[in-house]
Amino acid sequence: MAAKVLTITSGKGGVGKTTTTANLAVSLARDGKKVVCIDGDIGLRNLDVVLGLENRIVYDLVDVIEGRCRLRQAMIRDKRLPELYLIPAAQTRDKNAVSPSDMVRLTDDLRAEFDWVIIDSPAGIERGFRNAIAPADMAVVVTNPEVSAVRDADRIIGLIEAEEKGPARLIINRVNPAMVRRGEMLSAEDVIELLAIELIGIIPEDESVVISTNKGQPVALDGKSRAGEAYHNIARRLNGEKVPFLNLDEKEGLFQKLARMIKPGGN
Amino acid sequence: MVMEKKPAINIKGVRDGLLITVGEGEWRDLEAALLQMIEERAAFLEGARVALDVGNHILRAVDLGKLRDRFSEKSITLWATLSNSPVTEKNAQALGLATRIHTPRPERIIHALDTNLPGETAILVHRTVRSGFKISHNGHIVIIGDVNPGGEIFAGGSVVVWGRLKGMVHAGMDGDEKAVVCALEMEPMSLRIAGYTLNLPQRRGKPEPEMVYVQDGRVITEAWKTKVK
Repeated sequence: MAAKVLTITSGKGGVGKTTTTANLAVSLARDGKKVVCIDGDIGLRNLDVVLGLENRIVYDLVDVIEGRCRLRQAMIRDKRLPELYLIPAAQTRDKNAVSPSDMVRLTDDLRAEFDWVIIDSPAGIERGFRNAIAPADMAVVVTNPEVSAVRDADRIIGLIEAEEKGPARLIINRVNPAMVRRGEMLSAEDVIELLAIELIGIIPEDESVVISTNKGQPVALDGKSRAGEAYHNIARRLNGEKVPFLNLDEKEGLFQKLARMIKPGGN
Repeated sequence: MVMEKKPAINIKGVRDGLLITVGEGEWRDLEAALLQMIEERAAFLEGARVALDVGNHILRAVDLGKLRDRFSEKSITLWATLSNSPVTEKNAQALGLATRIHTPRPERIIHALDTNLPGETAILVHRTVRSGFKISHNGHIVIIGDVNPGGEIFAGGSVVVWGRLKGMVHAGMDGDEKAVVCALEMEPMSLRIAGYTLNLPQRRGKPEPEMVYVQDGRVITEAWKTKVK
């Protein structure tokens, strides 16, 4: 097996990078892929919480890099999905404890055994981001339909291009179709028009995401909610399947239109 | 001036701050020279971000840690150590120091091309200028693509944007009042020509191709179609 290294990033904080990482990892694992996710947010770890694995941490990423344990010892196996592993971040250190070359070495060790290595990038454009993007084969930018988030996404897309990891792909998170219809929220089309990169998913605003995050049960585990379904569709698109975009808005067919618009791009 | 033989220590500015290069010799002498230098040039170095290139020297973590601490006493941040020795590199990483300086540069400064029309050079940029990117040239700049909010264009001459102009533009930055700015959709965050600033009018209706220029000390915006005869 030769894993693909996928980095999830955004620039701005709080747009849903960690939630997206957790749900994509769960979705890919549900489809039978071998997945390992790495929490790149050293000092502010929370991917373990979202995945519900926090009380099983013994060793972390920094322990591996500084040679206090073997890679295998730091990998936490998810009991719900046997092909899903997590390498948690250290909580007591900061981003400077890891260098981009450390991350490249670490992922190279994982490539042989997995289908997907998913790295959850911290917010910002400093060391933490550089650590997360250095080993990436593919970068996914998560944004919200808000002007500030889109501005930061634009910056991060430029940086991904500069690091020669582009072109990045886009996930628009927390879209509220009713607000878009009333003209109170940027539409997915507005966001794509500005960012001009390939869209791989739109996640609707969904209360069950908050509930499941608090419980440590990612929504994609059962796939019953709208958001869970949307994440699962992204996972299938990452595996090269052609999946139509969810129709979040029956009345105006916005997403159908969008799906049509995107299709020639090879989704 | 009498030159006594001094260990070679060089400072130069790089994108991430300062790069201090240490030459060959006995490490203890070099270290002393380095510490003496930061003492002597404390005012210049205060607040600097420093990468240290130690060449072939093999340093222990304590050597590096000592340097980092002495630097920080002078308000200098030692953030990276470059070395040809894997041992030094490993020790630097253990201290949380970077071991390489980033090469990809988000900022692209494009230099003038040779041309047989003096004073009329132009560059063509065929890409989207995203937030945080700056394009600077002392001639004209032609962009095929959008200039997104947060992108910056500085030109000695005119600027033509074949796309949406939503970022910041300064045309005629050396004082050329004859410079113009054209865009298919003119919605800049800010726009200056020479010493003049455009007061952005509230857009009414759909954006259309426009040209902005200076006339009688005022910045004028004009729809492009009126120019077509």
